Amino acid sequence: MTDQQRDAAAGGDVRLTGIGKTYGSFTAVHPLDLTVPQGSFFALLGASGCGKTTTLRMIAGLEEPTSGTVLIGGQDVTALPPYKRPVNTVFQSYALFPHLDIFENVAFGLRRRGKKDVKKQVEDMLELVELGQYARRKPHQLSGGQQQRVAVARALINHPQVLLLDEPLGALDLKLRRQMQLELKRIQTEVGITFVHVTHDQEEAMTMADTIAVMNGGRVEQLGAPADLYENPATTFVANFLGQSNLLPAEVTGTAGEDLLLSAAGTRLTVPKARCATDAKRVHLGVRPEKITITHVTEEVAEGRNALVGTVLDSSFIGVSTQYVVRTDGGQEVTVFEQNMERDARIVPGAGVRLHWNPAHSFALDASQAIDAGTGEEAA
Amino acid sequence: MSRILKWVRAHLVVLAGLLALAYLVLPNLVVLAFSFNKPVGKFNYEWNEFSTDAWTNPCGVADMCQSLSLSLQIAVLATIGATVLGTMVAFALARYRFRGRSATTAMIFLPMAMPEVVMAASLGTLFLNMRIPFGFTTILIAHIMFCLSFVVTAVKARVMSMDPRLEQAAQDLYATPVQTFLRVTLPLAAPGIAAGALLSFALSFDDFIITQFNSGPTTVTFPMFVWGASQRGIPVQVNVIGTAMFLAAVVLTVAGQWLGNRRKATA
Repeated sequence: MTDQQRDAAAGGDVRLTGIGKTYGSFTAVHPLDLTVPQGSFFALLGASGCGKTTTLRMIAGLEEPTSGTVLIGGQDVTALPPYKRPVNTVFQSYALFPHLDIFENVAFGLRRRGKKDVKKQVEDMLELVELGQYARRKPHQLSGGQQQRVAVARALINHPQVLLLDEPLGALDLKLRRQMQLELKRIQTEVGITFVHVTHDQEEAMTMADTIAVMNGGRVEQLGAPADLYENPATTFVANFLGQSNLLPAEVTGTAGEDLLLSAAGTRLTVPKARCATDAKRVHLGVRPEKITITHVTEEVAEGRNALVGTVLDSSFIGVSTQYVVRTDGGQEVTVFEQNMERDARIVPGAGVRLHWNPAHSFALDASQAIDAGTGEEAA
Repeated sequence: MSRILKWVRAHLVVLAGLLALAYLVLPNLVVLAFSFNKPVGKFNYEWNEFSTDAWTNPCGVADMCQSLSLSLQIAVLATIGATVLGTMVAFALARYRFRGRSATTAMIFLPMAMPEVVMAASLGTLFLNMRIPFGFTTILIAHIMFCLSFVVTAVKARVMSMDPRLEQAAQDLYATPVQTFLRVTLPLAAPGIAAGALLSFALSFDDFIITQFNSGPTTVTFPMFVWGASQRGIPVQVNVIGTAMFLAAVVLTVAGQWLGNRRKATA
């Protein structure tokens, strides 16, 4: 058993109880309960200003909670200053010490805890992040990706019970970001430490995390595994923020067996009861763009599928798929992603089409919520 | 003709630079040259004969080396006082919001903006009314006061530009507040503090007006000595001191540049 694993086994779960933060009259984080199981990769996902970074900083001790408690590995650390907490942070834009070289940056935490003989450990850690030959460089002489790895090494060398990552990849370009996502995931699996990762990038969260908490307006909207959140969003915010959703206003007209019968602008649609998050009469029927099949209006649709008729407004070729925007006869705009396999040459802007999908791929949400929450275009 | 014009155009920046340098350095070179003069009569204004008398016997003039030593003592103490106090004020102004903060900022700026003679006279009046005897202490207090502004300005600019996350990172890496200050904050603020200290030393050492109004009968600083001597004829040794100071400054600057370049090259 390595040092890391022993430390991690000593308990690296984070338990937040009723933790909240207000600044004067502004509430950054509404009191929330959150448990991050030990050894998991946990993502706090949300738009800027949703309270995710404040939550992270309260775990680190850099922000004092207005209410509630923080437990790390069963120990109440709410009153402890940051330098006494068994956590380390990878800061946004890294916050490497510019006056120290890479070696001393990485050795900083060990030296502060009075460790002698840090050479071996620092060198091993620099090898882990593949920066061995840069030990005597200053941070500004390294590229963004290298600085990012130094920041990770500087935190990990202390074998924290929990590693906190505050938008660690935000400053990197797309290609490097993809690469670092996999790299971080690899390191996390290797050292087995609990990672709490703050990001506004839903793809990043889904790629890396075991569990995602989607935050909005200082509250956790929904918590779950990436696939679970994607397939079963509980709110319109989650439906729109995590990937893309078509949401159609509909009315519940009755039930048929395990299905709920709906009417959306005169069209009869169904959704399994199990995928309906509400018992309200008016709902938003949601379906992901890639679940919809698009066919020419002359084609027949198989029995038992939800179907809408409409006109193609726009089509754009994206390489792996083609994106269509269709206006239904009911006046709704629906987005469809179609794999580029057997493209029907008749489906061009202006053409009449049928959209259909398996009812089990749709979900229903309470219509009292804003239909455009989380799209980035909603009225403020 | 056009070739000459072309050459001038290509080298205009260098030419302008050299002219500016000459403008700045020429007076110093005159001082240097006349430090090797053996003047006829009291005044060292006309070249007579090369001599190293003044260099071999720099303290040969009555009272001059005492005044030099006094000026150095005051400059060192004023630098220490102003740097310590000014750094603390700068941190307070840059980091905290408190009642009287904007007033303090304005007051700190005043000594730099106000005519020196006004400040000198009012300080003198203050000391007189408080019945503080003029002398070493009053000069020191006055110097610390006006040097303070420069230190605060230099350090504050530096502290404001420092990323607050660096200190948070230090705390996150188990550094106590004291360790954070010593290991991260201070080294990062050091260039600003050094700039303030150097400015303080230079300003204190060559201050005449404020010193003149606040010194006692026995505390004659070097600038005051030179002023007094100029009435009767400045001794050659003053040129020696001036040249030595100039060379020391040049050596320090060049060494600093060289060290900086070397660090950049090897790091």
